[in-house]
Amino acid sequence: MERMSFDLAQVPLREVNTFLHKDAPTKGVRQVVVTNPDGAHNIAVGLDCPVEVEVHGHAGYYAGGMNKTGTVTIFGSAGTGVAENMMSGRVHVKGFASNGAGASMHGGLLVIDGDAGLRCGISLKGGDIVVGGSVGSFSAFMAQAGRMVICGDAGDALGDSLYEAVLYVKGNIKSLGADAQIEPMTEADYTTVRELLGAAGMKHDPHGFKRVASARSLYHWNADADQEY
Amino acid sequence: MCGIVGLLVKKPALRPRLGELMVPMLVGMTERGPDSAGLAVFTEPLAENARKISLYSGLGEEGADFNWLGLGHELKEHLGVEAKIVAQGNHAILTAAIAPEPVKRWIKERYPGLHILSTGRAIDLYKDIGTPAEVAARYAFSGLAGSHLVGHTRMATESAVTPDRAHPFTAGEDFCLVHNGSLSNPYGVRRMLEPHGIRFETDNDTEAACRFLEWRLREGDDLETALQKGFEALDGFYTFLMGTADKLALIRDPFACKPAVVAETDDYVAIASEFRSLAHLPDIKHATVFEPAPEEMYVWNA
Repeated sequence: MERMSFDLAQVPLREVNTFLHKDAPTKGVRQVVVTNPDGAHNIAVGLDCPVEVEVHGHAGYYAGGMNKTGTVTIFGSAGTGVAENMMSGRVHVKGFASNGAGASMHGGLLVIDGDAGLRCGISLKGGDIVVGGSVGSFSAFMAQAGRMVICGDAGDALGDSLYEAVLYVKGNIKSLGADAQIEPMTEADYTTVRELLGAAGMKHDPHGFKRVASARSLYHWNADADQEY
Repeated sequence: MCGIVGLLVKKPALRPRLGELMVPMLVGMTERGPDSAGLAVFTEPLAENARKISLYSGLGEEGADFNWLGLGHELKEHLGVEAKIVAQGNHAILTAAIAPEPVKRWIKERYPGLHILSTGRAIDLYKDIGTPAEVAARYAFSGLAGSHLVGHTRMATESAVTPDRAHPFTAGEDFCLVHNGSLSNPYGVRRMLEPHGIRFETDNDTEAACRFLEWRLREGDDLETALQKGFEALDGFYTFLMGTADKLALIRDPFACKPAVVAETDDYVAIASEFRSLAHLPDIKHATVFEPAPEEMYVWNA
């Protein structure tokens, strides 16, 4: 039993997730195919074994959330909070992703071939996000660690209140958030972008990317700032 | 929460199936809005001098036993109005060749328990408390025909669960609005509108947005200009879906806190809070599916 299929038009999602949590790790199942997801929430959340899940269609909220060592590929779009709080492994959205993609991720790789909505990578705590299209406003808000590669444009307030996460953007940045700044690319940055694009299966010249990181001026209280930042 | 749905069919042959296609969309949003549901459907417009008025008797003592026939007789006796009344339980659509305002004034005085849901040449409106499936069955939504509609499933946050506070809200003629979200300045908007003679029927925040936009349209703004002014005047979280006699329009607040997804084919444009409500539509696998951007206007012509 190396490969299992579940048709969500026939079986309830709870059956699929129970199988992924209880049976997949013990029965040596390597691949699970989910058809007719029809926007259901919580598909393949909380994976804790190196299983590969294919979702054929559009997924609802939180698909692949809290993933640990699993691989989830969505052949369609993903709703709010795809791969939120991922610990490790890989989530790949072949279409677009809605708001809060990769929110508070700790590790792993999230790849979105299309656009991502607002607040992509908000509160990122580690891991990598590669977006083939553009990201919406307030992306990487308060991102603490990890890396984001954005091949399209970024909306308003990119990287507002960044900590130590680093963002690479190829397209236009509508506006930077408080304390985010564009910095010169180093050889190490080019290597990082090349590696992440390679891992995501995307082809772009790393020399076209800008580096956005924290100016660290919000790290310490400045009594003279008079509440103006 | 709350769920919104909208459907516009591009081919006249699909108009008889509008309700049948929409009911699973509305029912699909039950988890987002289990306490009330409603919709406004836009049909072929009546002649220039005719109007239809959607009426609801469920707030009055008689409820579904309301004497609609008696209302018709009285209208003829007192106003000389020959009205056609098609009633279904506590809901009726009154059609007549009339100037609607005197008739509506008369109805309000004579039958204070009747709630006027909508007025226009194209709009029919239904809303009530209950799950979306219950409300859809109560008013036979699956049999509705028309070019486009907007629907709503409600999880009340800003005002009580009553039929008149369910969505859609209407103002003026052939205009309605449904809302997912919550406004933070509805009372400011109301205080601004009331000196213009605009009256409110509920304490619901959505009614403020509805009356603001209809006021701008009545003042001569086109829909796009009115929506632009809405972005400036209305503060809070919103995905608004609006219907006019020949248009469907969608806007989302700058933070896009409330969801929306659009699916478009050669046959239809369908809008819902979530893809779950679009998944059953014909040929959905080949539809163009996208998420509308914040602070953009999306307007589709019927």
